[in-house]
Amino acid sequence: MSAPMTCDDCKTNVASVFLTEIVEGKMKKVNLCDSCAKTKGVLDPTGFALADLLLGLGAAQEIERASGAAQRCPGCGFSQADFKKTGRLGCAQCYETFGEGLTSLLKAMHTGTQHTGKVPARIARTVERENALKTLQKDLQKAVADENYESAAQIRDQLRQLETSAEA
Amino acid sequence: MKIETVLAHPSDWLRGDGPHHQIVISSRVRFARNIRTHAFPGWAKKAERALILEEIKPRVDELPEMQDAFSEYMQELTALDKQVLVERHLISREQAAKNTGSAVVINRKQTLSIMINEEDHLRMQALRSGLQLKNVFKLLDKVDSALEQKLDFAFHPRLGYLTACPTNVGTGMRASAMVHLPALVLSEQINQIIQAVNKIGLAVRGLYGEGTEAMGNLFQVSNQKTLGEKEEEIITRLNQVIEKIIEHEQNARQLLLQKRLGTLLDQVGRAFGILTHAHSMTSKEALNLLSFMKLGIDLGFFPDGHRPVIDELFMETQPAHLQKNTQQKLQVEERDALRAGIIREKLKQFPEPDVGPIPENGNGSTEKPDDE
Repeated sequence: MSAPMTCDDCKTNVASVFLTEIVEGKMKKVNLCDSCAKTKGVLDPTGFALADLLLGLGAAQEIERASGAAQRCPGCGFSQADFKKTGRLGCAQCYETFGEGLTSLLKAMHTGTQHTGKVPARIARTVERENALKTLQKDLQKAVADENYESAAQIRDQLRQLETSAEA
Repeated sequence: MKIETVLAHPSDWLRGDGPHHQIVISSRVRFARNIRTHAFPGWAKKAERALILEEIKPRVDELPEMQDAFSEYMQELTALDKQVLVERHLISREQAAKNTGSAVVINRKQTLSIMINEEDHLRMQALRSGLQLKNVFKLLDKVDSALEQKLDFAFHPRLGYLTACPTNVGTGMRASAMVHLPALVLSEQINQIIQAVNKIGLAVRGLYGEGTEAMGNLFQVSNQKTLGEKEEEIITRLNQVIEKIIEHEQNARQLLLQKRLGTLLDQVGRAFGILTHAHSMTSKEALNLLSFMKLGIDLGFFPDGHRPVIDELFMETQPAHLQKNTQQKLQVEERDALRAGIIREKLKQFPEPDVGPIPENGNGSTEKPDDE
């Protein structure tokens, strides 16, 4: 018989909860001690904590590699060591601070890296305008480059209109 | 509304009157949201958590959906009260462990619950009986849209809603359905189904156990990914998959009726016999046996009028519900005895299983069962 397995989370206690989950055809196994299993909520039949836990285990290393161990979030003082401990981030700004390490992580755990769903109404209005501005600016550059001054003037007027409406 | 009122009234989603309620117990959608300017609950200091709570709770309380709601700070609830809410899926286990600095608001019908300062500042969920993911999503979307006008949610143009755990980033949405699949388990097709569902990016989880060991033949199917897909796309795909699972379960039931009626009758008969005569029963055994009683009703072995008794027992035999109803804290052995007693009492008027009337499509079932 081999030695008893230790908990994947606290790495000290003997594991007594053995979890297997199949995600997209890939089998993942996690061994936990009683107390870690409880705090992680994996015994919760309705909880979604298991997936988070499974995916979270490799996340800290990923962030450490990309942003270095010493980096702290200017917003909340959170460090990658804290992420290693909890598998959770400190605040919204952490997504910028640890952005580089997170990107590859997010790519691995999600369908894409670009949010395509709901946008808060307030932000939707700003984003829409900014996108329109960007498109018009590009069009303007192209028109100027093509020496198509008539359409360039038109685009410039549209840009001005959009900018004044933004200020209003 | 007081906690006593909540506990005295079973949740609406338990009534078992939603679409496809024979196979789909409930549909649930939850959103995770955070306030842009504050640290996430797990990282915020006590004082900041209190501040966040006071910023959010009044906004939740004033929602039209939360008129006459149950709204309480976690430290005001006893461990047993919390456990009852967990068993009803109204709060998470994680929230039940919280005290000062966290709160929960539950609407009158217990179909909408909003946890404040769980893993994220806001965890809101809607829950309904049967398969109605789209309705559940619409209700929650409306609540979310009302809240975003008053609260400054953390949102990133590329990453979407920002959450404490990167697995929830994007839509912050987890949609799930709880399904009862006894025939797929009995006919040993369940692992195939689980694997097929996993292949398309959805997760299947048993209640407690895994694979065929799932307790009470109850499984939860949910989306795994939250970034890169619209909410409606996730819901639609999940809905399609659930409909397929229902179809497979129904086919498996028909096949069992036709080819293995003996096995089926044996399982239901044993469940009936043990439930009506046992004097000690764990909640696991109760769940597993009640599952076969539920199947028995679905297949017409028992009159349909007896369905509510079984549905109620699924919840009432859970440890916290059991203790809440008797108003006392019990040892495990006492609980098991009490549980068996309640079940015997409730099933006193229950008729014996009768194979006579087989429901629609039950042709072929009049033949003699295989005697293997």
